[in-house]
Amino acid sequence: MFGDYSLGDLGAIFVMQAFAGLILFSVFVLMALGLAIIFGQMGVINMAHGEFMILGAYVTWLTSIVFQQYLPGLYAGYFFIAMALAFLAAGGLGMLVEWGLIRHLYRRPLDTLLATWGLSLMLQQAYRSVFGAREKGVELPPWMMGSKQITDTIEVQINGLFVMALTVLITSAVAYIIFRSRWGRQVRAVVQNRIMAGAVGINTEKVDRYTFGLGCGIAGVAGSAFTMIGSTGPTSGQLYIVDTFLVVVFGGAASLIGTIASAFTISQAQSTLEFFLSGSMAKVLTLLAIVGILMLRPQGLFALKIRK
Amino acid sequence: MTDNPRFLSRGELLAMAVLALLLVVILPLALDIFRLNLVAKYLTYAFVAIGLVLCWGNGGILSLGQGVFFGLGGYCMAMFLKLEASSVENTKIQSTPGIPDFMDWNQLTALPFFWQPFHSLVFTIVAILVVPALFAFIIGAAMFKRRVGGVYFAIITQAVAAILTILIIGQQGYTGGINGITDLRTLKGWDIRTDGAKFILYFVEVVLLFGCILAAQFIRRSKLGRILVAMREKEDRVRFSGYNVANFKIFAFCAAAVFAAVGGAMFTLEVGFMSPSFVGIVPSIEMVIYTAVGGRLSIFGAIYGTLLVNWAKTSFSETFPELWLFGLGALFIAVVLAFPNGLAGIWRDHVQARLGRLLSRLRAGSTKTGWAARPGAGSVADGAAAE
Repeated sequence: MFGDYSLGDLGAIFVMQAFAGLILFSVFVLMALGLAIIFGQMGVINMAHGEFMILGAYVTWLTSIVFQQYLPGLYAGYFFIAMALAFLAAGGLGMLVEWGLIRHLYRRPLDTLLATWGLSLMLQQAYRSVFGAREKGVELPPWMMGSKQITDTIEVQINGLFVMALTVLITSAVAYIIFRSRWGRQVRAVVQNRIMAGAVGINTEKVDRYTFGLGCGIAGVAGSAFTMIGSTGPTSGQLYIVDTFLVVVFGGAASLIGTIASAFTISQAQSTLEFFLSGSMAKVLTLLAIVGILMLRPQGLFALKIRK
Repeated sequence: MTDNPRFLSRGELLAMAVLALLLVVILPLALDIFRLNLVAKYLTYAFVAIGLVLCWGNGGILSLGQGVFFGLGGYCMAMFLKLEASSVENTKIQSTPGIPDFMDWNQLTALPFFWQPFHSLVFTIVAILVVPALFAFIIGAAMFKRRVGGVYFAIITQAVAAILTILIIGQQGYTGGINGITDLRTLKGWDIRTDGAKFILYFVEVVLLFGCILAAQFIRRSKLGRILVAMREKEDRVRFSGYNVANFKIFAFCAAAVFAAVGGAMFTLEVGFMSPSFVGIVPSIEMVIYTAVGGRLSIFGAIYGTLLVNWAKTSFSETFPELWLFGLGALFIAVVLAFPNGLAGIWRDHVQARLGRLLSRLRAGSTKTGWAARPGAGSVADGAAAE
């Protein structure tokens, strides 16, 4: 398997595959962060998570069109505005969904799964009706195109670097909000003991709504980042939902660190295997390994030690 | 659930008679062979729905991977039929005659070892029942022995469905890839594509369906069925009472898998092909939708739910393809929010209750004209029965 390559080539291949894995890792982390908040913290299974992500991608695409038409001078910076809009759109829809649907189902987690699946079907059809069935690609601003040559055999894409930087930024922001801010403390209090949190004066319904909105908003940002590296169609979200759930479960549902660690493991394993096997076999092996490990360690990599 | 320990209560006997009348007499007389074959296709999903009533409704184990077992059953059948269809005479033009056409296209020169035993019909039938059961046993034993349940089980079965689909699509030479196994012709020399054969297959399927209904009813009425319900309600209590909870769950999951596999095998016979689009996540969740719409606690409800949702799917997607997904999504949300027990719940709470009141009033001889003439009771019941 290694015979045809020299040692230097192999090193370069590993670095490049690792870089490809890092891009995949960024997408996984962004998608899984939102889900880790919604599923890990609130216990709600949101099967429409992928559709919230796609909403962010479509908002980004719309913004890029608007900038191209009316503000071509500012095109270089459209992405930052698009990202904010994607966050607001997905977060707003998320809060609406929480109010209309999810809050009636907190006691029945398996039913949230079914109801949000229905929601995802409706959203998919809505995207298809509004934006058409064809995939939409965003035109990147000039500074994001091209790649950076590090050595003669190793080069990295600038848009990939940008997505990674974005991931680091968003992850730190989420960690700060959850673990340092007053509101994050309220979220954790509600998660740990809803009744007691209510008794000490936290408005649990409001916390639920904003938590769900935050999770969906992050999904929107993930979709926004996703347009940098791929095109968007009405059913793109569904392709990622199983991977994302596995990332969250594998990491240990309630742990943000675990989510990041498992996203890293899974994406690196998959992209390294992809080089040696066909893409589908790499995916099968990775998923099998995850399912196998989950059978041995159902609580995931990083489990909170709590009494149930 | 009633406390009636009898195998079939009077109501269930009646429901069964109505279903038999509908499937054996009314539908074959009322529909042409094309529509009847569609009903036959819908009914293959009813097998899955019965399994889901047992394992999800009664046992509280939600599996989002029933498509896996449906597919395993279907593929076992399809492999047998494909081998029969690719005899040496039929495949003369291939570079390697005697192997299925898709293998030839993928440069395979010999039949893979796991295809060899599917030359035998007896082996195929055994495989249809045993392979899914074994697979379900492995998954179930690994999960339930370690007390993984609920949401986690749902996600992992979903991942299994994803894995199997990717595997089938990826290994084109062995499985036919994304197109699946197509162009199936005969079963032991009997052409399954003719109208006459489809008619006979429909009745075979109905007989099998009633076999599965009785088997599921037997399990639900037995002590084991009661333990399943107890487990769904309070798992720890059952465990503290000395029962090995995991084994009961594994059994329910395996039984559901076998039902699904029988449905899958019948699907292959009725429709004439099998492809990965019936294995993956989307079909698996749709099968759960049928069960939820019909009523997760009622076998008959689930069967009617399967027929109704599929019928609606066919007619809506023929006339308003745009609206269909909206309709399905909305239906699903509505069922979950407002009617967690589905059609069967509506029937029991509204129609049957009123019917019961009406009957008892009639029996007591106090048939006030005002009450009897009121719309609702009689007409609704008739409407529902006519479904």
